[in-house]
Amino acid sequence: MKSDVKQETLALNGDEAVAYAVKQSDVDVVAAYPITPQTIMVEKFSEYVANGEVETEFVCTESEHSAMAASISASATGARAFTATASAGLALMHEMLFVASGCRTPVVMAVANRALSAPLNIHGDHSDTMAERDSGWVQIYVENAQEAYDSVIQAFRIAEHTSVLLPVLVGLDGFTLSHTLENVTALSDADVKEFIGERKLINVLTHEGKSVPFKLDPDNPMTMGPIALQNYYFEFKRQQEEGMKNALALIRQVHDEYAKLSGRSYGNGLVEKYQLDDAEIAVVCVGSTAGTMKTVVDELRAEGVKAGLLKLRTFRPFPVEEIQNALGKVHAVGIMDKSMSFGGNGGAVFHEVRHALYDLAERPLVVDYIYGLGGRDYNPKEFKKIFNELRQIAHSKRVHKLVNFTGLRE
Amino acid sequence: MSSKDKGWKEIAPAGVSPKSSIGFMTGDWKTYMPVRDLEKCTTCLMCVLYCPEGAVRWRPEMGKIEFDYSFCKGCGICANECPTKAITMKLPEKEDE
Repeated sequence: MKSDVKQETLALNGDEAVAYAVKQSDVDVVAAYPITPQTIMVEKFSEYVANGEVETEFVCTESEHSAMAASISASATGARAFTATASAGLALMHEMLFVASGCRTPVVMAVANRALSAPLNIHGDHSDTMAERDSGWVQIYVENAQEAYDSVIQAFRIAEHTSVLLPVLVGLDGFTLSHTLENVTALSDADVKEFIGERKLINVLTHEGKSVPFKLDPDNPMTMGPIALQNYYFEFKRQQEEGMKNALALIRQVHDEYAKLSGRSYGNGLVEKYQLDDAEIAVVCVGSTAGTMKTVVDELRAEGVKAGLLKLRTFRPFPVEEIQNALGKVHAVGIMDKSMSFGGNGGAVFHEVRHALYDLAERPLVVDYIYGLGGRDYNPKEFKKIFNELRQIAHSKRVHKLVNFTGLRE
Repeated sequence: MSSKDKGWKEIAPAGVSPKSSIGFMTGDWKTYMPVRDLEKCTTCLMCVLYCPEGAVRWRPEMGKIEFDYSFCKGCGICANECPTKAITMKLPEKEDE
């Protein structure tokens, strides 16, 4: 794909790529609290503020709970708000994550994915964001720093669209992406500003009977997120589900529009198919693992093995139809889970992908591979073993072990 | 739930309230109500400052303290804080008894 606009190649790590995207996105308020491995985002952005490179109001909060509260409040006034966190920080935000989605405040947040305590671990896995999958946030996971940059810009468009009005989380693997220097191609400030545009507000009817923009405004007082009991709470939750449904189409549309502008695309924005069209065996993975996995698929293809990969870019809303179309004809599928659902018979990605395939008349055998917890290293050799197992499963049409732990010492 | 309640497509998002909070009479939550003894009251305004609901108001133009029972939840903080013990919490007499 080619791009007609002038772009610049910068040497940035994942965190810096996020900060750079936020710098260009005309954000009104950034409220954040630093935590490894997200720290560089906050440091870099506060540098932009100190240098006068942005007009953003930077709020140094005393905790992540407050950072999210401040982001929600800023967003409720009609401002564009951003925050970032990781691991325990996201866990501390838990309560407020539901307030953000329930108040329909389109906050954008970057999460440098990191393991949760205990035992204390600062390295990358998906325990933090997978634990928040039901908090009503759109979840996008990226493969490299370039995709982190591109996805943060897209996230503002998705979150703020009047048919969605939901907060968006962009997850990038801690250290593997957050601290690794890459060549990142960036659009010009003007192109990003034009692509995102001004935030548009829907109109709502206030208690005074006035139709006014949906924002906190002393001239047109309104109450957001007040008490709603047995008679109305359920209706508000159903509205959020509609926002998610609309996001499914919008993520694709925004992704395609961005691809046209930048020349960079990630599948269709929801999933990315790699060598899947005639694949007999395939794996599904989330985040930076997709890069390693592509190398393994290439090697196997060179050996004549019909192997493929499905990169799940959007986890919420869950792209059921895309998964059915991509994996329906494959014989055996291995799911890579970088988080655990203790006692849940497999990880989150496994549960959901397998559930998506259940309604197909002909469906593949699906097994789970839990790997990389607490930043445990993984390599192409290990992934090749997984494909070998999948070949045996496809051949014998039998699964011996549904949930497997890869790279674990017995 | 009544048939007058609206469906999810008809209501504003985020629970944006169709009513002002002035329309919610939270005063009917109370069991005990504060009653002030005007002879003991020194108009020190501690009750006005401490009321978490803003239901005890100072009316400077009239020079008096006003209790708004429509919003008083009967928490008793005013009675507890009153330095001259001018406020006592009493069970209201029920009309239908």
